[in-house]
Amino acid sequence: MTPLQGCLLVSALLFAIGFAGAVTRRHAILALVGIELMLNAANLNFIAFWRYGAHPEALTGVMFVIFSIAIAAAEAAVGLALIIAIYRHYKTSNLDEVKELKG
Amino acid sequence: MIWIVKNLWLIPALPLLASGIIAVNKQPQRKLAATLAICSMVVAFLLSLCAFAATLGHGEHGAFREVFGFNWIQFGGQWMDIGWVLDPLTAIMLVMVTFVSTLIFIFSVGYMAHDENFTRFFCFLALFAAGMLGVVIANNLFLFFVSWEIVGLTSYLLIGFWYHKPSAAAAAKKAFITTRIGDLGLLLGMVWLYAETGTLNFYDHGHGCLEQSALTMMLAHATIGGLAVSTAIGLLVFLGAAGKSGQVPLHVWLPDAMEGPTPVSALIHAATMVAAGVFLVARVYPLMSAGAIIGEHGVPVTTALTVVTWVGALTAIFAASIAVAQNDIKRILAYSTVSQLGYMMMGLGVGGVAVGMFHLITHAFFKALLFLGSGSVIHGCHEEQDIRKMGGLKKFMPLTFATYAVGMLALAGFPLFFSGFWSKDEILHSAHNWPVSHIPFLLGCTGALFTAFYMTRQVALVFFGSYRGHGEASAHGHLISTGLQPGVESPANAQAVSTAFPADKAAEAAEMSSPLRVTGLKPGANGKEQVSQSYAGHSAHSHSSESSSHSHTPHESPAVMTVPLIILAGFAILLGFVGTPAWPWFDGYLTGEEFKFDFSKLTEPGTLGLMLASAAIVFTGLGLGWFLYGKRQRKTADEKDVLEAAQPAIYKLLENKYYVDEFYEATVIRFNAFAAWFCDFADKWIFGGAVLIVSYVTLALAWLYKFMDEYLVNLGFDTGCESLRESGGALSKLHAGRVQTYLRVIGVALVALIIFLIWGRKA
Repeated sequence: MTPLQGCLLVSALLFAIGFAGAVTRRHAILALVGIELMLNAANLNFIAFWRYGAHPEALTGVMFVIFSIAIAAAEAAVGLALIIAIYRHYKTSNLDEVKELKG
Repeated sequence: MIWIVKNLWLIPALPLLASGIIAVNKQPQRKLAATLAICSMVVAFLLSLCAFAATLGHGEHGAFREVFGFNWIQFGGQWMDIGWVLDPLTAIMLVMVTFVSTLIFIFSVGYMAHDENFTRFFCFLALFAAGMLGVVIANNLFLFFVSWEIVGLTSYLLIGFWYHKPSAAAAAKKAFITTRIGDLGLLLGMVWLYAETGTLNFYDHGHGCLEQSALTMMLAHATIGGLAVSTAIGLLVFLGAAGKSGQVPLHVWLPDAMEGPTPVSALIHAATMVAAGVFLVARVYPLMSAGAIIGEHGVPVTTALTVVTWVGALTAIFAASIAVAQNDIKRILAYSTVSQLGYMMMGLGVGGVAVGMFHLITHAFFKALLFLGSGSVIHGCHEEQDIRKMGGLKKFMPLTFATYAVGMLALAGFPLFFSGFWSKDEILHSAHNWPVSHIPFLLGCTGALFTAFYMTRQVALVFFGSYRGHGEASAHGHLISTGLQPGVESPANAQAVSTAFPADKAAEAAEMSSPLRVTGLKPGANGKEQVSQSYAGHSAHSHSSESSSHSHTPHESPAVMTVPLIILAGFAILLGFVGTPAWPWFDGYLTGEEFKFDFSKLTEPGTLGLMLASAAIVFTGLGLGWFLYGKRQRKTADEKDVLEAAQPAIYKLLENKYYVDEFYEATVIRFNAFAAWFCDFADKWIFGGAVLIVSYVTLALAWLYKFMDEYLVNLGFDTGCESLRESGGALSKLHAGRVQTYLRVIGVALVALIIFLIWGRKA
């Protein structure tokens, strides 16, 4: 097994765990945590493909990931803000109960 | 221009106004209605007298004639004029109509006093007077026609005044339709006249249709059968006149018109309206006599006038002979009117305007007198019209008898002192000199004989002998006394009782005398008692329900009815003297020729001989009538007529009026009924069938559309909608709002995609 394959395997595992969390968890924050995991799995893929790719000397992979993490941070902020707004509105953060946008 | 010419319109306008006011009055106000109508007629009469006075002077050439007119209706580039003419013909008619109308209006106040539709009656009467006066003053055939139709309408309304009586309603309809046939001729003549001359004005300073230029033009044109256009138009106009004046063969409506109230019969169907036809012929006389060959006595002879003469002569004898066998007092007078109208037409035909018009004027007075007299008689005898049930009224109604006798002698033409003699004599004189044929003269003489005869018969039956109305009138009036107290029978009802009490006649007599039918009553051996008891019972009923206020003997009418009679009687005598051969004032007045008093003219051989002959005829008629009816009075009302006993076939023929009505029934009316049936058939099956087919086609189309709509459009659409809705519902379940479900789906789809990609690469 090459180091790349190992990385990809980890990343896939991470993605699957994140997906499973996002899909199964009822609590909104935990679902958001799942999503973050999936995002990080993607970041790991970026790094792995860059490190074991054709041009490791160019910092394209790192740049990409830094951007991605920045965006993930912003997304987490927005997501948490939305969750707080939803909680205030519905008095719950259970995603099954938040079925309607109208209200 | 004299003021009266300009204001001649006031004469018809006043009664019209009165009629309008009476009509729009909300509450029927009897006094107001009668006062308005009579006052308007009195004022109209005074105005007519002014007009009459104005015409006494002579005009530029011949008689006085002034016209006044103005534009009325525009069609296209042409104007229809309206206007009136004042000439002696107009003036004399105005005076006659307004005067007679005034008297008859006054008479009506008494005659109609008990009628609940008193105001309606006066409204119609005033409207009639307006129409009639309009006819008289019109200087335009159009205005003439309009007024003529108003007169026809009021005649219809007044004949059918008691419209709840079926016979009156039928008579009104008959009168209206029959005169309409004549009016169609008049209308056609009018249109044709307008087409030929471009004007309907009678006189218009040389441009009128009765003036020389128009007449010459019309004479020059010929139409079918070589008739001059003027003759053809004249004949069409005469058709209208014949309809209105009841000339054969359109006379059938006039006797039936007597269903109306008696003042109406007097005013409209004796004195004025029916004379309108004669007046029309007199008015268009220049048209009738256009292009005449002047005969040896200065009498114009044309085809149109010949027709007028023949129709008139035939009518005169025809109607006079029918009158001989009639038993209804008004019907006799009606046929007499028809006959006299025939004389007038004959007079116009053979002798010119003056001759016909003279008889018209005198006749108006004495016929109005006779009709009002008969009204008085009918009123006095409690609405009894059958002369067989009268008799001996001389004693009860002396004033009515005296005036009636004057009217009767005037109508019969009693020599020298009565107007009818002079006017009829003038007609016979002219007929004698008529160059075409002598037959009208002979017909006229025979008619005069009949006239004297039937009038004598009537007067003898009504006024002489003993009262025969008792036989029935007393049957229920006095039977209480006969039933309960047989001892106190009056001689008058002894007869009724003696015929009533034999058992076989009892039921019949009881039926006859009592309004309640005594059917099922079969008097046997003791019938006498039964009958007398039931008699008493029924008569008590009928006595209380019938006229308990009236006594059963005839009574004289009130002064409001007799005074007009006396005035009319005066005129019936006096009027004759304005047209005697010795002093032909009337002739001169109408024609504008000079005349002077010349007593010797009376004794000229031609005139004197004729006068003697006509006097002889009259005396024969009077004598014959008296011999047959006066000398030996009939005893009971049901007795056979003397003539009937002698000549049953002829009497029956006359009594049934020569079966003219039946003949029309069998021909014209049957044809009409057939035409109506045919139209009905065509309407029902041909046009109706077409309509039905169209409707069925529409229905079928509608059904088709409905089918398509319901099963194709609706069903398809509905199914589409339904499935759309269902699919929407199904799909909406996916869209449950659960974010994680969506995510799950995305995950599954991603896995599926990856598997697909991997497999795809392998393949």
